[in-house]
This record gives sequence, structure tokens and C-alpha cells, in this order.
Amino acid sequence: MKLIGILIIVIGFILKLDTIAVVLVAGIVTGLVGGLGFTEILSTLGEAFINTRYMTIFLLTLPVIGILERNGLRERAAYLIKKLNSMTAGKVLMIYVFIREVAAALSLRLGGHVQFIRPLILPMAQGAAENKYGQLSEAQLEQLKGYSASAENYGNFYGQNVFIASGGVLLVVGTLDELGITVTPLAVSKAAIPVAIIAFLVAVVQYYLLDKKLTRLQTVQNQNTSTNITNRNEVE
Amino acid sequence: MVDILLEGIYILAGFVSLMAGIMAFKDENHPKRIGTTIFWGLLGLIFIFGPYVPPVLIGSLLLFMGFLTATKQVTFGSLKNSTEEFREEKAKQVGNKIFVPALSIAVVAFGVAQFTSLGGLVGLGFGAIIATAFALLTTKTNVKYVSHDGSRLLQQVGSASILPQLLAALGALFNAAGVGKVISDGISGIIPEGNILAGVIAYCVGMALFTMIMGNAFAAFAVITAGVGLPFVFAQGANPAVAGVLALTAGYCGTLMTPMAANFNVVPAAILETKNKNRVIISQVPVAFTMLVIHIVLMYTLAF
Repeated sequence: MKLIGILIIVIGFILKLDTIAVVLVAGIVTGLVGGLGFTEILSTLGEAFINTRYMTIFLLTLPVIGILERNGLRERAAYLIKKLNSMTAGKVLMIYVFIREVAAALSLRLGGHVQFIRPLILPMAQGAAENKYGQLSEAQLEQLKGYSASAENYGNFYGQNVFIASGGVLLVVGTLDELGITVTPLAVSKAAIPVAIIAFLVAVVQYYLLDKKLTRLQTVQNQNTSTNITNRNEVE
Repeated sequence: MVDILLEGIYILAGFVSLMAGIMAFKDENHPKRIGTTIFWGLLGLIFIFGPYVPPVLIGSLLLFMGFLTATKQVTFGSLKNSTEEFREEKAKQVGNKIFVPALSIAVVAFGVAQFTSLGGLVGLGFGAIIATAFALLTTKTNVKYVSHDGSRLLQQVGSASILPQLLAALGALFNAAGVGKVISDGISGIIPEGNILAGVIAYCVGMALFTMIMGNAFAAFAVITAGVGLPFVFAQGANPAVAGVLALTAGYCGTLMTPMAANFNVVPAAILETKNKNRVIISQVPVAFTMLVIHIVLMYTLAF
């Protein structure tokens, strides 16, 4: 019965209801089921919110990021990425994961599927693949799209906690603090470094295999076209 | 000393939010002008005056803010970024120097945390202030854009920016209501007590599974850490910084595999116009599995 809050969150997220409202309702219902009074629930909520203000300290970095965006931060980053003359599709993605991880580790809000993957990275990967294989088949392009989107997620997820005041680091500090365990943000962010490096290496392996896969798809496709031609010839 | 500096930093952060409220109010073309003004205004006031008012009041204000977001009263207004031509031109003119202010945030934050006793949060505050000054100088931008662009970005990120804080508060409520205990009682029947490897596997896999269900590693972290991490990993002497951050990224392995994390998996598939709407997840499953196994190995070897 006490787990009803979790159920509320799952249902709320599935129905795509407003996230903040869902979280608040889940908290209140869980409190009531757990035998807390309504006032007690509100003050627990309020006190925890004040104690965790440091999680939203990134507000302070918004003006400077906004000013840099106004002056072409993304455009400059895009220019630098474009200068890396594309080699193979896989290598384009490896380089993007690397850049994305380093940016995340430095709290730079570069990247994003809308801002980088669709307008820049996918076309670069596609261009590199077309240089090598000619016109891509639908299956190849579909693969390439999935892998391009994944590069953004790998870099973002596994790089971000290296930054000392990232949401994730502060969540770890705050949650453990609630449970009576004290850690510093610096210790947590340093502990995130091994995973960041390993995630990059795993991504490199996957994108190396992607290049192999594209070649294989190409060979299959070529065989199919040649069989088609042979068939047609036979009919004729 | 650190506390005073931190309080000052919260006040500055409060001003950023307050400014977003004021800019929303002045924005004649804002579709939800009043609701947006109230939301950011209240958040700013909570940041500035929070410690001096009764927690019950803060809790009530949060409920009201939740009501505003649920009724879609908090939206993006008409604050503009510069034009594309201007940005292209400036990018050429300023060159790679544009990265210096951005880098200085992280460098200053890390430096202060590593070499002084002020801590990373104060460091971030210093970093942000120094970087803003740097940015204005190197790009020769008018000071008025500090509030304009700060507000623009905050309205863009939207009400979701308070989500981590709310999820932490949710964790506090779950603890007070004894949710962690229910989960750990359920788990203790399955895994042998006193076995470190079993505890580590339960914590990492629990994070990944629960994140897949909830679609959010942050929400899962509060619940699973109280229910599984505390009794089966931390109580056995794990290094809290190492085990904590590994548990969180073990949760991200779940994020890579679930359509519930729509923003990372489903929306990008739509943006890239894939035929299969689960294409992004399909590409990520092998890496997610590999990383999950690596997390278990790392937590077992590095945290103990």
C-alpha cells in the first residue's frame, strides 16, 4: 500500500501528465498512506525543498550561457566539428561522443538531438557513409539514425556527472545526506570519471562495429540487386 | 563562512528566477503572462527568503506552483535570441575565445573545491560570476542581456528545472512514510544477507529496472537508494561517493532502454524521422547491457 506513490508516478508518466504535479500528488498520497498529517506532509516537503536548493544552483550559469549563445557558441562548435573532415560514419560518431562528454563534464550546454544530431551529426555520418558506399539503402539510413541519436545520449549521460555541480552529483550528495551519509560533491564528481572513460570506449567499439555492419548491409544489397538483374534477364 | 557564502549564492540564484518573472510580466506577447510571472517570482522568493519562513508555507507554495504547471500556466514567452546571421558573424569574429568563459565555470568550480575549503557549490557561484564578466568582455555585449538571456534560457528550460529538487523532496516524504523499508523487506527475502556482491548486483540492477519503469533515474535513485542501497551496500561499508554515483549511472543504463524516457529515446526518433519509433532504443540496448555489467564490476571493486 505504501508503494502507491510509485504506482502514481508510473501511471502519471505513462499518461504524460504534468510531471511536477504527478510528483507532488505521489508525495502527498504516500505521506497520507504512511500515516502523516497533511500539515506534516507540507512541512516535510517545504523543508526538504529548502535544504536541497543547491540542486538548482545551475540557475546562476544561465545568464552567461545565454550570452554566449547570443554570440554564436553553438555556431562556433558546429564549425569546429565540421572542420573534422569526415572519415567514416562510425568515426564521426566516436568524435561526437568524445566532444559531448567533455562538454558535459565542463557543464557546457552543447549538444542535443534538435541542435546537433539532426542538423549536423547525422548529415555528416550520412555523408561519410555515402562517400564510401554510394547511395544508402533504407535499412542503412535507419541504422545510422538510431546510432546518431545514441551518440548524444551516451555522451550526455556518462559525461555529465564529472561536473562538480551537475544535477546528478548533487542528487547523490542530497539523497545520501537525507539518509545520514555525508559526501562532498568533489568526491562524487571524481568517482564519475572511470565510468565516463569506459562509456567512451564502449561507444567506440559499437561505432567500429557499425562501420562493419554498414559494409555488410551494402554487400547484401549488392547481391540482391545482382540477383534481381539476373532474374530479370532470365525472364526476358 | 561557507554557509554565509552559500546563502548569498542562493540569493543570486533567486534573483535569476525573480528576473525571469519580471521579464515574463513585461512581455506583452507572452501567452501565459500572469501564471509564468507568478511561478518564477515565487521560486525566486523561495530561494531568497526560504530559510526564514515556516516550511509549511513553502510546501503550500509548491503545491500552488504544481497547480500552475498542471493547468499549463507556465510557458515560454517571446524573448528572442539574436538572429542567425548575427550569430554566424559573431562566431567568426570572436572565434574560439567564445569557449573561454564557458570553460571558466567548470575550471573555477573545480579549482575552488580542490584547493580551498569552500566547496564545489561556492566554487560554482564564483565560476558563474567570473564567467559572466568574461563573457561580456570578450563578446562586447551590453550588460542588459544578462537578465534578458538568463530569463530566456530559464523560461526555455521551463518548470522542469525544479524537478530534481522536488524529487529529492519526494524521497524525503517516501522515507518519512517508510517506503524504503517496504522495499528492503521485500528484497531481503531474495538476496542473502551479508553478501557484498549480491547487494551490489541488486543495487545496480534495481536502479536500471526501476529507471526503466519510472523513466527517470533521478526519481528511481531516491527510492532504490533508501530501499536497497542503504541496507545492502552502504551498510556493508561501501565508499558512499563511488557507490552512489555508480548507482545513478547504472540507472542511466535503464534510461537508454526504455520508451518511458521519451525525451531521450522517443522524441529523437521522431526528430530523425526513423521508421521504427524504437530505433534509438534498439541501437542502445547492447551498450546499455555492457555498461550495466561494467557498473556491477566497478562498484564491487572500487567501492569496497
